[in-house]
Amino acid sequence: MKEVIQDIIIRNSDDYIINMGPQHPSTHGVLRLELSLQGEKVKYVVPHIGYIHRGIEKMCERDTYQQIIHLTDRFDYLSAHMNNEAVCLNVENALEVEVPERVKYIRTILDELNRLASHQLWWCAFGMDLGALTTFFYGLRDREVILDIFEESFGSRLLHSFNTPGGLMHDIHPNFQKRTKEFIKYFRKKLPEYDQLLSNNVIFQMRTKGIGYMSKEVAISYGVTGPSGRASGFSCDVRKNHPYSAYDKVDFKEILDTTGDTFTRYKLRIAEMWESMNIIEQLIDNIPEGDYTAKMKPIIKLPVGEYYQRVETSRGEMGVFIISDGNKFPVRVKFRTPNFANLFVLNKIGSGNKIADIVAISGSLDLVIPDIDR
Amino acid sequence: MGIKIKSMKNEDFLDNSTLETLKETGDNFFLTTIDDIVNWGRSNSVWPLTFATSCCGIEMMAAGASRHDFARFGIEVYRASPRQADVLVVAGTIVHKMVPILLRLYDQMADPKYVIAMGACAVSGGPFFYNSYSVLRGVDQVIPVDVYIPGCPPRPEALLYGVMQLQRKIKSKSITNPNEVEEK
Amino acid sequence: MTNDQLKEKISEWVSGIEFPENKQYLEVLVPANSLKKLAELLHNTPETDFDYLISLSGVDYVSHLAVVYHLESTSHKHFLVMKVKTEDRENPNFDTVNEIWRTAEWYEREVFDMFGIKFNNHPDLRRLLMDDDWVGFPLRKDYKDEIKMIER
Repeated sequence: MKEVIQDIIIRNSDDYIINMGPQHPSTHGVLRLELSLQGEKVKYVVPHIGYIHRGIEKMCERDTYQQIIHLTDRFDYLSAHMNNEAVCLNVENALEVEVPERVKYIRTILDELNRLASHQLWWCAFGMDLGALTTFFYGLRDREVILDIFEESFGSRLLHSFNTPGGLMHDIHPNFQKRTKEFIKYFRKKLPEYDQLLSNNVIFQMRTKGIGYMSKEVAISYGVTGPSGRASGFSCDVRKNHPYSAYDKVDFKEILDTTGDTFTRYKLRIAEMWESMNIIEQLIDNIPEGDYTAKMKPIIKLPVGEYYQRVETSRGEMGVFIISDGNKFPVRVKFRTPNFANLFVLNKIGSGNKIADIVAISGSLDLVIPDIDR
Repeated sequence: MGIKIKSMKNEDFLDNSTLETLKETGDNFFLTTIDDIVNWGRSNSVWPLTFATSCCGIEMMAAGASRHDFARFGIEVYRASPRQADVLVVAGTIVHKMVPILLRLYDQMADPKYVIAMGACAVSGGPFFYNSYSVLRGVDQVIPVDVYIPGCPPRPEALLYGVMQLQRKIKSKSITNPNEVEEK
Repeated sequence: MTNDQLKEKISEWVSGIEFPENKQYLEVLVPANSLKKLAELLHNTPETDFDYLISLSGVDYVSHLAVVYHLESTSHKHFLVMKVKTEDRENPNFDTVNEIWRTAEWYEREVFDMFGIKFNNHPDLRRLLMDDDWVGFPLRKDYKDEIKMIER
């Protein structure tokens, strides 16, 4: 019989309660944390969400499958490409359509570029939360270079909606390969500089080592995936366990660690940035020629049934569950977003620390709030 | 990694800081020298509140970073407390659950205060206009807005242009009644 | 374990089970009063060892309401889809599984908020995403809101 994991919140009427309110510079969105304090120590943390709940799942029941893609961009806007890809792969597998090889390679390269840009933004926001304002300027300077590459090919910096069921919307720009290779060469020199800036800093180490420990059983039971879960030893990388697109053709390591504290989660994301660059280098010179989309009908109707598809975004495992009854609108679309499960573990690992440690822990869990509320 | 930016011809660009152009395009007002000095001070140092709900917040952060530098327009720092801020840039979707909080923030700001609605969601509800049960269709249903910036998300250059329009609007106010809403 | 071995094992434990047709994964339809027993057995037995609850969703088929559980085992790498359903639309309720998989606490609160399905013995069943005084359950198919929803 396995033991049951408990975290019990006992509320008294004379608790001292403070709101770390919806408008706060370091909660990364509209998240309200109800903290109960005793002096400076936090006894329990209760998150309240719903301040950006837009009703996307209900809207999807009246939209065609091509229109749903534009709404999926807006959950976790920093890994927008992976969200689009989840819906596209689900529809393509349900219809049993084979996409061309060129599409698979391009989708994987764009996934990894998006992951690099997202981890860059995480790094600059994490440093800024802990007081190091330099990281804000350095991180965003290099992220602009990636966004320039995106803008030349797609026309938009942040929310592209470039994937459609069957392939891509149009072909990539001829300059894409050359600019990506130049960027990788440039970034390989910059990343050690960033690593040195924070990792060897005494103040940073004292604020993050030993804080917010999460064991492997807690990570599995609470469903914490992504870099936060892998830092505790939970091997949950969907790219390795259930490969999709061109991930079975590249050679990369899944990075695991067992000390599950804040410093480890930080180091693991930096290591993931190195792996992303390796993946891009293996693929960028070998993009096969061909069509940029398979032939699809203009009105897409899925056969009757229920379909589930998983992808790995930069924050964890994302799942799309579609129930269809043969018409052009789906019956139910459910998005299993990684940040929903990642937020709930905050009480278990955060209580007992001081208020400033709560900021460090929630920064290292890398939360994007519109992903939770959908 | 250089990009060539194609710029507008000087003649085509309506100079945003001359009040003669503002009078030509249809505003009637009479200002004294004291008004000029005070408006010059107010328009060149608007400090915004850190308020970003969703994707437009990332473009607002990118406008404050080193490539499109916000600080050269006078937006030196972001203030975390509404009692010390001048302008509220509503960047992102506003939902019915968030409206009381937005009103409380707007009421806590001290006069003279301005509001910029950034992005399609704040202007009119954006992509969530149809079939959504909880989105507020446009933030001007609850607070008065000075400048609207369309786009989903708008580029950082668009946000800078919106701030320049706000500066032009501030320069046309009179010190005796700075928050007057012009009726036409 | 393969899908057939799982089918045998589950049929041994609980009676009254059906296996609906599903092209991707093995699917199990459980009667509502044996949900908790089957969930505990799936989690605790070493041969099945389903310790990772991926997702818990509510569905409104027009004739009945259902809750769908997607489960995976991290050691044996097999996958299972578990479903329970009820015809009762006035007062639907199921047992909670949040002592077995801790992540279910918030998923069940979301299902209550959107569909109105109650879970017995849940520690804290209240609305999660909507306002506390919202009337109605938005994701049900017969939800009508003339004022706030602009339909197309």
